[in-house]
Amino acid sequence: MSELLLPVSQQLLSPGGLDLDALPALLGELAGPGIDAADLYFQSQVSESWVLEDGIVKEGSFHLDQGVGVRAQSGEKTGFAYSNAITGEALRQAAQAARSIARAGQRGRVQAFAAAQAMPLYAADNPLEAIDRAEKVELLKRIDAATRVLDPRIKQVTVSLAGVWEHILIAASDGSLCADVRPLVRFNVSVIVEQNGRRERGGQGGGGRTDYRFFLDEDRAMGYAREAVRQALVNLEAAPAPAGTLPVVLGPGWSGVLLHEAVGHGLEGDFNRKGSSAYSGRVGERVASSLCTIVDDGTLAGRRGSLSVDDEGTPTQCTTLIENGVLRGYMQDKLNARLMGVAPTGNGRRESYSHLPMPRMTNTYMLAGQSEPEEIIASVKRGLYCASLGGGQVDITSGKFVFSTSEAYLIEDGRITTPVKGATLIGNGPEVMTRVSMVGNDLALDSGVGTCGKDGQSVPVGVGQPTLKIDAITVGGTGA
Amino acid sequence: MNPAEMVGPQALPELRAKVERILAESERQGATACEVSVSIEQGLSTTVRQGDVETVEFNRDQGFGITLYLGQRKGSASTSATGEAAIRETVAAALAIARHASEDDCAGLPDAVLMAGELPELDLFHPWAISPEQAIERALECEAAAFAADPRIRNADGTSLNSHQGCRVYGNSHGFIGGYASTRHSLSCVMIAEGEGLMQRDYWYDVNRRGEALADSQTIGRRAAERAARRLGARPVPTCEVPVLFSAELATGLFGHFIGAITGGNLYRHASFLEGALGEQLFPEWLSLDERPHIPRALGSAAFDADGLPTRAKHFVEHGRLASYALGTYSGRKLGMPSTANAGGVHNLFVSHGEEDQAALIRRMGRGLLLTELMGQGLNLVTGDYSRGAGGFWVENGEIQYPVQEVTIAGNLRDMFRQIVAVGNDLEHRSNVCTGSVLVERMTLAGS
Repeated sequence: MSELLLPVSQQLLSPGGLDLDALPALLGELAGPGIDAADLYFQSQVSESWVLEDGIVKEGSFHLDQGVGVRAQSGEKTGFAYSNAITGEALRQAAQAARSIARAGQRGRVQAFAAAQAMPLYAADNPLEAIDRAEKVELLKRIDAATRVLDPRIKQVTVSLAGVWEHILIAASDGSLCADVRPLVRFNVSVIVEQNGRRERGGQGGGGRTDYRFFLDEDRAMGYAREAVRQALVNLEAAPAPAGTLPVVLGPGWSGVLLHEAVGHGLEGDFNRKGSSAYSGRVGERVASSLCTIVDDGTLAGRRGSLSVDDEGTPTQCTTLIENGVLRGYMQDKLNARLMGVAPTGNGRRESYSHLPMPRMTNTYMLAGQSEPEEIIASVKRGLYCASLGGGQVDITSGKFVFSTSEAYLIEDGRITTPVKGATLIGNGPEVMTRVSMVGNDLALDSGVGTCGKDGQSVPVGVGQPTLKIDAITVGGTGA
Repeated sequence: MNPAEMVGPQALPELRAKVERILAESERQGATACEVSVSIEQGLSTTVRQGDVETVEFNRDQGFGITLYLGQRKGSASTSATGEAAIRETVAAALAIARHASEDDCAGLPDAVLMAGELPELDLFHPWAISPEQAIERALECEAAAFAADPRIRNADGTSLNSHQGCRVYGNSHGFIGGYASTRHSLSCVMIAEGEGLMQRDYWYDVNRRGEALADSQTIGRRAAERAARRLGARPVPTCEVPVLFSAELATGLFGHFIGAITGGNLYRHASFLEGALGEQLFPEWLSLDERPHIPRALGSAAFDADGLPTRAKHFVEHGRLASYALGTYSGRKLGMPSTANAGGVHNLFVSHGEEDQAALIRRMGRGLLLTELMGQGLNLVTGDYSRGAGGFWVENGEIQYPVQEVTIAGNLRDMFRQIVAVGNDLEHRSNVCTGSVLVERMTLAGS
């Protein structure tokens, strides 16, 4: 990591006539009387996207953004300002605004910088330039053509490719100084199929903190296309989903959206400091069945939710949230860790320099259990099997959460039978997790498509889980 | 902050000059046509919680985006960087993309004769001279009223006062250039009630172009508190088929889904259940839905759309029939139809309504669910299938009985639109869609 400091600081600071040596004085101005902690977050981001639709590469866009976020904290108070311009003058103005929350008090102290040591989890190269423009266009066209011939019922194909390359420099009054260079790429295929006047959609994608060659390896891009088509064709045959409370089996991988909503958000440090979460004050208590061990792990190389260091310069880690059903701890950023008297867990994340950091998830998943997936399905007399989910949402205060199926089937007499239409499932997090009665041995992580929203900020995340069974949850279909 | 530095109409000439510089640079680099949007924004956001300041945020954003054409090929680029080099490089980035894009018969600017001419004055700019200290004071007053409103209000999730102002100028190589300054101020309050060891959270807010026109802060606080407290003791109800009364603030979403389904992008992609439905009777005969883009100070008002075409008042639904799609230039060409000046969205929608207030509609419903909360994104626009997490109040004998949670409501939007029984006069004014509560004859409610 430390070898990134010089090149990243040159890229971010030099154009505005600044360098690393100028930062202690700027932090000193910011962390004046009455300020407990302060930090500077410099960021530049280049991103692009390419979209193929109707058989032609219709749109492409390129975006360049950069700026610096300036934050000062006094007790539970935070002052924040930012600027697109990374110059000494802009920084001083932002610092004046941010420190306006200061109360009278002791002069804040700025620790000497100690560069954070963390394992790099991804390459520093520009992922957008791993293949040239002609190759990107060629890839989209090739996948489109190969998708259209998969089935005569395909009516519409949309293929997209997107990439982001970020440079980040963090300097804080607690002595944190670190740089990170973050790649993020994504490929998506969406299809619409038609049969006898009925239409359905299917979609699949993937990606991670790597470059575009990832999609060429192992025929991944075409794999997404085949999966999108398969899902759409299944849904053409779907009957109405049942309405009512019944046993539900969730397939491995992306179904981990369940954990993200039912457990993850409720264990973010800010909600627990404020006592606004259904999990507040419950560390050490049983909050899930003893089969459940759930972690948040930012250290998985190349994963979409992974970070070498979080957006406050804390190295990421694998945090055990729930162990054998018992609540072990929360996910923390620096502010909430300080106020709760615990250590930060590397979960301080922000959408960009123009947003304040908060405790956020990275890759959240349940560890594998003992059951064979077939055995789990065979144990259900009448229920629902969810092969793939759409999005979810949670009210962390009441604990209520929802997720929607995008591919689901009835289970009848222990066998997967008729496909059913998309439906929303609703439950109460702490209750539903106690009803997890079987956990499979087939842990899988998602393909790298998750985006989490909180307080208007979006960040990339990962989820995962093995096949698991919930004895009873409400399924929102329209059928009997 | 020094008022002289505030973002406002005085910045418009400079932004216009920038648009013209970017258009000239695009032409110099070889683009055959180009459109540019330049904006600056500034704002203050303050949040208080439990009687003390939590955050004070100062926002200041600026940037520009261009879409340019090489014949029928298109490329886009945007940046927050400033200066001549940023203009040159952003134009070059868009051109590099256009060179690799495919020929698209439908791509390109609207016909020059269609561009907006004289622009109506919409009175959207009302800066609010409120200091951070005053903003904090007002938010604290709001939260204090919430705490005082009900002894079961024991915690808070934050009360925020936000004040934003911005300027945007759009221009294209037909010579059209238009711009405006606008403001948006809001006060929102989220409170937590506790009872029998369980917590419930709810909120209330107001938003307005004029800060002085915002609802009284104590009223907002009390409303947030009442809404959180009345949810205590919520429980599921057994699975059933019943009428559902969408409270006005949620009914806006129903019409939002309708607009999504008649939006050109979804229609030409065959991704809407309303493809080909023009002229069809989708709603009851008495229902109409119209767009009024030129209302002074309204939140959705706009003089021109994202393509620079003049916006105009029109019906999307008349006598229950689908009277118009919502099209931009590109989607219109794809469908072989003229643009309806809805590139970028719709501007101030009004749903016709009857004379009953929400209480009267509850009486009319008799037995069913008064819906006050929706969760999740369970909507398939391709088929119209709708399934969402829901919460609200159980109604029996025309009266509210108890709060409901952990249920879902499901149906198909085509059926739901046709089965609208009544729209109330309890109009929601904070949204781009102005509607009262909407009574839907029958939906599947899944519960315990």
